[in-house]
Amino acid sequence: MNHLLGTRELSREQAVELLDIAEDMAAVQEREVKKLPTLRGKTVVNLFFEDSTRTRISFEAAAKRLSADVINFSAKGSSVSKGESLKDTAQTLQAMGADGVVIRHPASGAPLTLATSGWIDAGVVNAGDGTHEHPTQALLDAFTMRRRLHGAASRGRGLDGARVLIVGDVLHSRVARSNAWLLPALGAEVELVAPPTLLPVDTRRWPVTTSYDLDEALGRRPDVVMMLRIQAERMHGAFFPNSREYARTWGLDDARFDALPDTTMVMHPGPMNRGLEIAARAADSPQSTVREQVANGVSVRMAALYLLLSGERGAAA
Amino acid sequence: MSERHLIVGAQLPNGERLDLLLEGGRIAELGTGLDARGAERVDAEGLVVLPGLVDLHTHLREPGYEQSETVLTGTRAAAAGGFTAVFAMANTSPVADTAGVVEQELSLGRAAGYATVQPIGAVTVGLAGERLAELGAMAQSRARVRVFSDDGFCVHDPLLMRRALEYVKAFGGVIAQHAQEPRLTEGAQMNEGALSGELGLAGWPAVAEESIIARDVLLAEHVGSRLHVCHVSTAGSVEVIRWAKARGIDVTAEVTPHHLLLTEDRVASYDPRFKVNPPLRRAEDVEALRAALADGTIDIVATDHAPHPVEAKEGEWDASANGMVGLESALSVVHRTMVEPGRLDWADVARVLSQAPARIGRLAGQGGAIELDAPAELVLYDPSATGEFGLERLAGRSTNSPYLGETLPGSVRWTFHQGYATVRDGEVREAAEVAGLAAAAGSADG
Repeated sequence: MNHLLGTRELSREQAVELLDIAEDMAAVQEREVKKLPTLRGKTVVNLFFEDSTRTRISFEAAAKRLSADVINFSAKGSSVSKGESLKDTAQTLQAMGADGVVIRHPASGAPLTLATSGWIDAGVVNAGDGTHEHPTQALLDAFTMRRRLHGAASRGRGLDGARVLIVGDVLHSRVARSNAWLLPALGAEVELVAPPTLLPVDTRRWPVTTSYDLDEALGRRPDVVMMLRIQAERMHGAFFPNSREYARTWGLDDARFDALPDTTMVMHPGPMNRGLEIAARAADSPQSTVREQVANGVSVRMAALYLLLSGERGAAA
Repeated sequence: MSERHLIVGAQLPNGERLDLLLEGGRIAELGTGLDARGAERVDAEGLVVLPGLVDLHTHLREPGYEQSETVLTGTRAAAAGGFTAVFAMANTSPVADTAGVVEQELSLGRAAGYATVQPIGAVTVGLAGERLAELGAMAQSRARVRVFSDDGFCVHDPLLMRRALEYVKAFGGVIAQHAQEPRLTEGAQMNEGALSGELGLAGWPAVAEESIIARDVLLAEHVGSRLHVCHVSTAGSVEVIRWAKARGIDVTAEVTPHHLLLTEDRVASYDPRFKVNPPLRRAEDVEALRAALADGTIDIVATDHAPHPVEAKEGEWDASANGMVGLESALSVVHRTMVEPGRLDWADVARVLSQAPARIGRLAGQGGAIELDAPAELVLYDPSATGEFGLERLAGRSTNSPYLGETLPGSVRWTFHQGYATVRDGEVREAAEVAGLAAAAGSADG
């Protein structure tokens, strides 16, 4: 693997390999000395054109636990008109000798542009681009599901037969897109539930089903219910009338949560809007994986950095 | 001193092979076995001669955006593509919304000498869509403006559009509408459909174009005015225009070469060279546009030549500029998409790339038949040439062509404007030389 730009390009084998390495990384995290020497002497740059403290510190922890040197580069405001271009930034990082670049960018496709432009030799990890993909989030979601389903027997397995319901603002969600490609590749069945305004106009090519009625979808007894963050500002674009109606119709409120079997996993990529898309009781229940997702995020990102940066990178170039 | 050329053995659009003697800026003789009488002999064996191409939709960027293009460099690109006249869009800085600006553009075009520059006037002051620009003053100026457009922006206020359509009837004008409903396309980045959802790019729905065209043809019908629709890009738009024409509404329409060839699939690379307004659409749309050009529903091909500096076209998709250069490649793309499949012959090409655009724009001295005493505005095209479309084919200031690296048929060998060659055997002539020939031709006109 030269870059990790999306989950769409990942085969089942590649995804399982990455998740298995993440299991090894998770095992290291149980030890007293959590640090591995694997990436000693390598430099990883966290290039964030968008604020995201959570994702940045997760990547930072992952790189440091692999003994890489980490540089945090916050470059908010990226367009040509606003100052330094993506190209100039990339060439700066190249001159500084970056081996890996973790990029978060508000424009869909920016990581691909960075990886294929020829401006930089580093391995590129997409840490979220616009409304396109957020592959490490989907991988940590898959990792979390696999652990809950299979526990210590997780290695080598996919998510065959698991039924996953993803609820909320699919249109603007890179997490939903990355999960919509990855989870079916691992054998899961994925259903997206959203108001029609928050689904893309045409999802026929996605390996998922879609519906509008949350109660009907919950009635089909999914194994996993993943709630997406909804931005209250969306009501200004007339995507829905107001946050109360949204919460009433598409929120995981107490009544809906109480009706679920206690084996149903409740997931959220964070940060949560409690009381909007998810009620506090659901978020804080034992069924909630929210804190596991954060912990697993470090292991999955360690695995991604390990696959990209250890070994003979750039030998073909 | 004016140039004299004897073109030997060129194939006319109707298939006939003739010699043409160009003298005094006109076709002085037409026949077979003509005597050169000291004129430069141009061997046109295997070449097609077409009336000089006329582009109803060019962005020359001067005044104001000279880092992208100037009247000189843009008309040089035009000559390289076989064009002898271009209609210059109004979105300059200052905007071409007064007689002063359009007369300046006219003068710059005459001085450069590569092609006739016919300014287009803005419909509204500053392209702001709020009040009418001085349409009459521009029409009565030396630039004799007949085409008015806010291109880049849609005249979306229905009352303002109605008034503009009505007002320009006084001097035989036409409103060239950039059909794009602004609210439906806020932040839009690419054609809305399956692919936009996958790529996470904000969708640009076909209905945003089609709804404006539907409204405008009804307005044109109501007030009995002439409407021209810029860069039609969807199958639905074609249906609306076909309906309007059948109803007798006075509407004409253009399609760009890139909408005849390229589909939205190119966007998957996030390469901003493929970012354009209106966006590249689906294969079904491309097919509908080709069919509409073949059956006359779409009247003309216009380039929407839109130069941008490198830095505006190499970053992330969202931050990159819309637009492609197209003058140098237009004839080859029409050849590839329409002539090779047998949907247009060379007479049709002369119609859609020269005669009809000159007629729609009411431009005298361009787009005529190739006949005795006609103005010597001609292009000689080698349809048998083929090769990779490379940077050496571009003659303007900007290089944002979507065709770089693609194989395209054909090659412009000679372009004649006002009787002199602007392109000689595939080479665009030096600016100083052309300016001198233009000055001589201008003084000969009196």
